[in-house]
Amino acid sequence: MPDAQTAQHTATDATTRPRVGLMVTCLVDLFRPAVGFSAVKLLEDAGCEVVVPRQTCCGQPAWNSGDRADTADLAKLMIQAFEGCDYVVAPSGSCAGMVRKHYPEVFKDDAEWAPKAHRLAQRTYELVSFLTEVRGVSALAARYPGTVTYHDSCSGLRELGVKEQPRRLLRGVEGVKLVEMPDAEVCCGFGGTFCVKYPEISGKMVGDKAAAIMATGADTLLAGDMGCLMNMAGRLKREGSGVKVRHVAEVLAGDLSAPPIGEGQS
Amino acid sequence: MKSTAHAFPENVSAALRDPQLNKALAKFKAGFPQRRATAVAALPEFEALRDEGKRIKDHALAHLDLYLEMFEANVVARGGHVHWARTAAEAREIVLKLCRDAGARMVTKGKSMVSEEVGLNTALEAAGLEVVETDLGEYILQIRKEAPSHIIAPALHLSKEQVADDFRRIHTHLPHDRQLTEPADILTEARVLLRDKFLQADVGITGANFLIAETGSTVIVTNEGNGDLTQTLPKTHIVLTSIEKVVPTLEDVSTLLRLLARSATGQEFSTYTTFSTGPRRPGDLDGPEAFHVVLVDNGRSALLGTEMQEVLRCIRCGACMNHCPVYHAVGGHAYGWVYPGPIGAVVDPAILGIKEAGHLPNASTFCGKCESVCPVRIPLPKLMRHWREKEFEANLQPAWMRQGLKTWAWFAKRPALYGAGARVAMAALGLAGRRRGRFGMLPLAGGWTSQRDFPAPQGRTFQDLYASRKGRTHG
Repeated sequence: MPDAQTAQHTATDATTRPRVGLMVTCLVDLFRPAVGFSAVKLLEDAGCEVVVPRQTCCGQPAWNSGDRADTADLAKLMIQAFEGCDYVVAPSGSCAGMVRKHYPEVFKDDAEWAPKAHRLAQRTYELVSFLTEVRGVSALAARYPGTVTYHDSCSGLRELGVKEQPRRLLRGVEGVKLVEMPDAEVCCGFGGTFCVKYPEISGKMVGDKAAAIMATGADTLLAGDMGCLMNMAGRLKREGSGVKVRHVAEVLAGDLSAPPIGEGQS
Repeated sequence: MKSTAHAFPENVSAALRDPQLNKALAKFKAGFPQRRATAVAALPEFEALRDEGKRIKDHALAHLDLYLEMFEANVVARGGHVHWARTAAEAREIVLKLCRDAGARMVTKGKSMVSEEVGLNTALEAAGLEVVETDLGEYILQIRKEAPSHIIAPALHLSKEQVADDFRRIHTHLPHDRQLTEPADILTEARVLLRDKFLQADVGITGANFLIAETGSTVIVTNEGNGDLTQTLPKTHIVLTSIEKVVPTLEDVSTLLRLLARSATGQEFSTYTTFSTGPRRPGDLDGPEAFHVVLVDNGRSALLGTEMQEVLRCIRCGACMNHCPVYHAVGGHAYGWVYPGPIGAVVDPAILGIKEAGHLPNASTFCGKCESVCPVRIPLPKLMRHWREKEFEANLQPAWMRQGLKTWAWFAKRPALYGAGARVAMAALGLAGRRRGRFGMLPLAGGWTSQRDFPAPQGRTFQDLYASRKGRTHG
């Protein structure tokens, strides 16, 4: 999206109450509703009206597996589901990136759907960058006592430029001490179906990532994508690490009602 | 070179269990990316240069026929010869014939990935020629009978101790107890040995990093100077290269050279950049009497005009593999053929066929690091995805994966049914995992749980909870 357009949106919406469709993402929907509720709270606190249309998945697994037909079918459902929303926001750089960067390509030879895909793409944001860049959020009332390290998920980082935004907000959370891990920008080895197609490579990558996380001495690992979080949490737990793993939205919303990812109910 | 790309998973298992390889890769991944980052930071216009590099190559590829013919005409005008090879076999035959016509017994070689691609050494040796690789890394691999594991650092998988052992094993004319502990010792020994070979060689074969249409020049970059000795001392110089290397002008090459070394090794410029324009002219102090350029297609022209054309921009710097977490994990040999890493994952299926090399474009998390460092902005993940599309269309993916995907997509396209199924499944999984919060083993999830625990879901789906909390149905 051209910068001018973003700026224009910001100017208008700071004073109005935009209608934001929450793209829950399939992993949050299935595994961690707490992230969805955190996103709702953050968006409402930022002055948005939040709606949650019925949805399943953006189609990325099909897209990355070379299945164009199923991708297009699933993308059409998403496009229809979010018609009438001023913005669409996902607590995931990967799913937001799918809509923003890939939906236009899915429909590049489809005269009817291409304009619709473009319109959705331009209105779709990753949660934290939406809060900071579109809604101008700079401080939050949350509190989290702990030393936190943040992993940059690949799609958010490289497709959408999510890097400083979550760190900026985290520094404003009372009690948070942010420490950087080595190679924070290196992939954790999740990669969707990659992690089960090539488990040994994925295992080596997430093993290196777990070591980098533990080397920081942080007690909490945060990131913005459930796939990466489940992968890293699963490995940290397998190695017996006590590092708590949460989606960044939970900490920013101050909603710690669910146990950390991969930990039981006490 | 015989491909083992089809056996990628087995190659991976072996690579991950190789402690020396793991050590070498750990060192490698700490070095190259850092050096590139430093070089790029020191050149403010680097991103603009990448755009310009892309533009130059796109232009050359859009008019490839024109520039290749212009290149040929200019080589011929300067007294050289151009030979066209459609396939690897034709390339081998042409080079072999040129060597025979020159009455050659010994051939020295500069580093050339195209010669690996067409399997040149085996063909020349089978015909009774002595072939000597003169790039130090390639020389080491030649005596070990191994393939390169990286396109610009071919022996990065080895330790200096391994090389010292190989030198003692092969160079039996030297005292066995000589000192070979430092890289400089190894280098000196190779240099002395190779010096004789340079002087004895009848034919010198090099590759080319670029071909310049307006002058008929070929360009190589090296850090050892071996390429210069290979191509200037023997009577015949053969340049074995591929068609997509041509660019219109000297000016274009100087732009691309500014990108190449920085992207590859983090140097501002390679130690030697050598332009070859025809054979020795009257009055020249040195240079070959005969100058031949063999232009190899081997599947490249079939990519023109397709969605894969962009891969032909590649200038073979190796930045994509230098930064690839999968390459860092398994090294180059696991890929099973000449070009490893992200560029190999796109190029190898084009040359070997998707059936043989199908694993390679799948063995990527699409993390996007490769594309972010490519000096000519090749969208490598997108091109790998195109190969996956071709696999899907040809029904080549494993049945479990295809069936799983189809079943999942069938449900995902029926939101009400999907929601109902998800509620039941997550309730069961959530209950079973409630106390521990994760599973060490799970049916049908062996690929996941072999490497990590599987976090349990909270139990109810978000959409279910949201609807009941808000006291409303989906809107």
